[in-house]
Amino acid sequence: MAAPVKRWSCVGKRWVLAYIDGGSRHGRGAAIGFTSRRKRGQSSVAQQPLITAQKSRKGEHEWEAVVGLEIHAQISSNSKLFSGSQVHFAAPPNSLVSFFDASLPGTLPVLNRRCVEAAVMTGLALNCRINKKSLFDRKHYFYADLPAGYQITQQRLPIAVNGSLAYSVCVGKKPSQVSTKTVRIKQIQLEQDSGKSLHDEPRSQTLIDLNRAGVGLLEVVLEPDMSCGEEAASAVRELQLILQALGTSQANMAEGQLRVDANISVHHPGEPLGVRTEVKNLNSARFLAKAIDFEIERQIHELENGRKILNETRSFDYKLGCTMPMRDKEGKQDYRFMPEPNLPPLLLHDTASLPPGADPQQVINIDWIRERLPELPSETREKLIQQYGMLPEHSFALLNEVGLLEFFQNVIKETRAEPKKVTSWVLNIFLGFLKQQNLTVNESPVTPSALAELLNLLDRKAISSSAAKQVFEELWRSKGKTPSQIVSEKKLELMQDQEALERVCHTVMEGHPQVVMDVKRGNPRAINKLMGLVRKATLSRADPTVIKKILERKLSS
Amino acid sequence: MLGRTLREVSTALKQGHITPTELCQKCLFLIKKTKFLNAYITVSEEVALKQAEESEKRYKKGHSLGDLDGIPVAVKDNFSTSGIETTCASNMLKGYVPPYNATVVQKLLDKGAVLMGKTNLDEFAMGSGSTDGVFGPVKNPWSYSKQYRGKRKQKAHGENEDSNWLITGGSSGGSAAAVAAFTCFAALGSDTGGSTRNPAAHCGVVGFKPSYGLVSRHGLIPLVNSMDVPGILTRCVDDAAIVLGMLAGHDPRDSTTIQDPVKPFTLPTLADVNKLCIGIPKEYLAPELSSEVRSFWSKAANLFESEGAKVIEVSLPHTSYSIICYHVLCTSEVASNMARFDGLEYGHRCDINVSTEAMYAATRREGFNDVVRGRILSGNFFLLKENYENYFIKAQKVRRLIANDFVNVFNSGVDVLLTPTTLSEAVPYLEFIKEDNRTRSAQDDIFTQAVNMAGLPAVSVPVALSNQGLPIGLQFIGRAFCDQQLLTVASWFEKQVQFPVIQLQELMDDFSSDFEIEKLSSVSLK
Repeated sequence: MAAPVKRWSCVGKRWVLAYIDGGSRHGRGAAIGFTSRRKRGQSSVAQQPLITAQKSRKGEHEWEAVVGLEIHAQISSNSKLFSGSQVHFAAPPNSLVSFFDASLPGTLPVLNRRCVEAAVMTGLALNCRINKKSLFDRKHYFYADLPAGYQITQQRLPIAVNGSLAYSVCVGKKPSQVSTKTVRIKQIQLEQDSGKSLHDEPRSQTLIDLNRAGVGLLEVVLEPDMSCGEEAASAVRELQLILQALGTSQANMAEGQLRVDANISVHHPGEPLGVRTEVKNLNSARFLAKAIDFEIERQIHELENGRKILNETRSFDYKLGCTMPMRDKEGKQDYRFMPEPNLPPLLLHDTASLPPGADPQQVINIDWIRERLPELPSETREKLIQQYGMLPEHSFALLNEVGLLEFFQNVIKETRAEPKKVTSWVLNIFLGFLKQQNLTVNESPVTPSALAELLNLLDRKAISSSAAKQVFEELWRSKGKTPSQIVSEKKLELMQDQEALERVCHTVMEGHPQVVMDVKRGNPRAINKLMGLVRKATLSRADPTVIKKILERKLSS
Repeated sequence: MLGRTLREVSTALKQGHITPTELCQKCLFLIKKTKFLNAYITVSEEVALKQAEESEKRYKKGHSLGDLDGIPVAVKDNFSTSGIETTCASNMLKGYVPPYNATVVQKLLDKGAVLMGKTNLDEFAMGSGSTDGVFGPVKNPWSYSKQYRGKRKQKAHGENEDSNWLITGGSSGGSAAAVAAFTCFAALGSDTGGSTRNPAAHCGVVGFKPSYGLVSRHGLIPLVNSMDVPGILTRCVDDAAIVLGMLAGHDPRDSTTIQDPVKPFTLPTLADVNKLCIGIPKEYLAPELSSEVRSFWSKAANLFESEGAKVIEVSLPHTSYSIICYHVLCTSEVASNMARFDGLEYGHRCDINVSTEAMYAATRREGFNDVVRGRILSGNFFLLKENYENYFIKAQKVRRLIANDFVNVFNSGVDVLLTPTTLSEAVPYLEFIKEDNRTRSAQDDIFTQAVNMAGLPAVSVPVALSNQGLPIGLQFIGRAFCDQQLLTVASWFEKQVQFPVIQLQELMDDFSSDFEIEKLSSVSLK
C-alpha cells in the first residue's frame, strides 16, 4: 500500500538466472548478458518457459537486474491497530467493524499495544534499530474500501530502520550448494490495512467488506539488494519463517496475511539504475519469483528493442504468467501525506531510559522484549546441524514445512534410530506422503510416536527397510494400529532362523543353475539376481546382508 | 427561575423549589418561543422529558447525581449524540444519527444533565458568524433585548427593525444564543479558532475554551484535530467551572487527553489580585479594533492595576502570522478530515452511479457548501508534494513560534493575559454578509486563534454593553493546564464588572401571541 520513494542506491549483484519450476529445483544459467532476438508478442511470452536459451556474452550488452520488495505482513493480534474490533480471517462480511473502522465522524484512533510490541519484536529479529520515537502519518487516496479517505501509516519516522535479513539460495545444480545472502531492510512501519472491495461485474456493483479495515500491518521495506526472482522468493520465505517463529504474523500468503510488491529495474553494469516498475498482487512465493523474472526479461526486451520502461504499477496475471499495467493505478498519485494529529508520538523505552515508577502497562521496554525473543529459524537450523550432524539443506527442509520440525523432534525423542535415519525418513518418506496427499503435518495420520516405533523396529533389525516402508503405508492407511501390530499381522518380521534361510538359498541356487554359473564365471551382478530371488521367496522378510553372506559362502564353496 | 445561574438552579432543584420536569418544560417552552432565533437544529423534547423524569426520581429518592442533575443543557450539532440526528449544519450529514455519544455528551448525561437539543452552527463549524449553515443563520437574542432596542429607537427611526437583527458570531452561535436566551443553563460549543469565545462575546455569555488535552474530543466531529477543543458556554464563570469539572480528564478513546488525574474544579474566591501579574499583549492593539472595545480593555487593565495587580505590556511578536498560518493548517486538516464523507458508509449520497469516482464527486458537490469545498480545495493544494514544504511545514514552524511566544511571556512571570475577544460588538446580519466567510473568519478570529495554536486555556467574559446596548467581551488567556487559575481570575473580574442581564421581556411580549399566555407567565426572568 505505502509507496515510499525508493532510492536504488545499491547496485544489485549480477543477475543470476533462475528457472523456477514449482519451487522445487532451481536450475541456473551462467551470469549472462541478454542477446535475445526472439521476436514474440507478450502472449507468446507467457506460454514459454521464462528464460530459455540465453548465451553469456560479456561486455556492454550485459544487463543487471535490481529487485526491491515491499512486504505487508498482517499482525497477529486479537484486535485491530487502532480499534477494539476483533481480527479473524473469513468472518462474515462486515461483522468485525467498529465505529472507528467505518470512520464514523468523531471517532479517534487508539493505538494497540500488542501491535507495537509485534513491530518491535520483528524489528529486533531483523537486526533493525528501533526508533524510540516514531510518528504516524495520514496517506490520502479515495477508494471504496478505505472509509476514512486516508490510511494511517508511518511515513516520516517509522518504528524500526536499518536492519538486515540473511537468506539462502541454491547456487548450483545440487540443492546442497547453498549460499547465504543478505538484504538490507530499510524500515519497518506500522500501518492500517484497508477493507476489501468485491466487484460484482454482472450487476456492476461493488460490495465492501470492512472486516479487514484497520487490521495492523507491518510494512517491511527491503532495499533493492536482490537480483532475481529466486532471491526475492527466498528472502520472503525466510522473512515468513521469522514472522511465524516470532508469532508476530501468521504470514500465510494464500490468506493474504503476507503480501508482496516488487520493485524491479534493469541496467547495464556501471551505469545508473534503470526506470523501475512495481509489480503488485503477488500472493505466493512461486508467483513472486515468476513475476520478477518475467518482468526482468520484459524490461530487457523492451530496452533492447529501443523502447522505454515506464515508471508504472503492473500486476501479475498468474494464469498467463505475465505482468500487465494496472489500469486504476495510471497517472501519478499524490498521497498528500500529513501528520496524524490524533496520535501523539509513539515513545518506546529501554531499561536505561525507563522513567522511574512508570506504569508497565503504559510503557514498552525494548530491552525486555529483546530478552524474550524466541529462537529464530537461523538459530534453529544451526542447532540442528550441530546437534544431529544434519546437512544444511535438510535443516532448511525441516523448517520449511509448518510443524515438521516439531514432528521430527518428537520422533527423535522416542527413537533409538540414528538422527540421519530419522531425518531421511521424515524428509523423504513422511513428507513425500504428505505432499502426495496435499496434507499438512498436523493432518498426518501417522503420529511421531508411531514413526519412532517403526524406526526402532528397523533399528534393531526386526524388519527390513522395505518391510518398514510397507508398515509405514499401512500406518498411513489404518489409523490407530501400532507398527508392531502391523508387523505381526502382516508377518513382516525378518526371518531370524539361519537354517531356514540356508534352505531357501539352497533351493534358489538349485532352481537357477544358469545364474549360479554366471556368478562363477565372474559376473558380479549375477549375485544380485540371486538375492532378489531369495528375497521374493522370503516375501522380503530376510535381511539382505545376511542373505548375501549365505549366498557368497555357498557360491564360493 | 430560568434567568438564574446553573449553580442557583441546581440549589433550587436540591431544595425542591422546582422539579427537573418543571424546569425542563419551562426550557422547552422557551425554546419554542425563541424558535425564530434558530438556535436549535434539533430539539430533543421527548428525550429531555424522559431524562428529566429520571432525574426527578433520583431527587425524590435523594440520590441526586450532583450539581448537573436535572439541569437543562444544549449541545452544538457537531457532537455525536446517540440516537439524535447530528448534522454539522450540512447537507452531507442531514439524517445522520450517530450510534454513539461523544465522551463529553456521555459525561453530561452520566451526571444527570437533561439534553434539550442540538444547536446551530456554521457548516462543519467553518465560520465566525453562525450564518453559513444549511439550516440558516442564528439570530442574536440581543437583537430583541430591551437594552439594544431602546438605543436603536433613540437613533434610527423608520428602519425596519426585523431585518436588522444581529449575528451571534460563530461558529457556536446556536449554543451562545441558547444560553443567552435562557433556554438552557449551559451549552457545549467547540473551539478551533475562537468558535466558542467569539459568539460568547457577542451574546453576552461566558465562553470557555479549555486547555487542549484537558477535555476529550472523542465524538466531536473534527474541524482541525490539533486545535479543536470542546468549549463551554454558560451565564457565569463559576458555572463554566462546574461543567469543566464534569468533563475534564483522561479519555481512553482520545489519545491526546492528559494521562494525569484531574483535580476537581472548585474555584476559590479570590480575595485580592495583589499577587497577580496581568499581561497586555501589545500586538493585540489592532487598528481594526473598535474604540469602544479598546476603551473597555484598558478600563479592565486599570481595574486590575487599581486593585493591586501588576499589569505589564508584553509582546507576542508572531501574532500577525497567526491568521495565515491558521489558514494553511486548518484547511489542510479539513481536506483530510472531510475525505471520509464520500457517501458510502453514511450521510448524503447522490443519485449518480456511473462510477465510484462520479458518485464521490457529485456527493461531495451536493453535500458541502462553498466554504467547506473551498477549504478542502486549499488544503489539498497545501498538502501536495510540491507544496508541502513551502506551506504546511512552514505553517507548522510558525505555529511553534506562536506557541513559544506564549511560553516566553508566561515564563517571564505573567499569570494571565488580558485581551479583547472580538474587534467590536455583534454586527447586523446584512452588514456581516457583505464580506465572504474567509474574510470574516480571518478578521474575527484574530484575538482568539493564536490560543488554539498554542493549546492554551482562554475564556471570554462579558464586560459591559456598548453604546448600542450590545455586549462586549474580554478574553483571559492562561498557562496550559492552568485552567483553574484562569477561571479564578475571570471569576473575580466578572464580579467586579457586574455585566447586566439581558432584558428579553419585550421579546416575550412581541412573540407571545403565538403561544399560550398562561404558560408564558410562568417564565420568570431575573
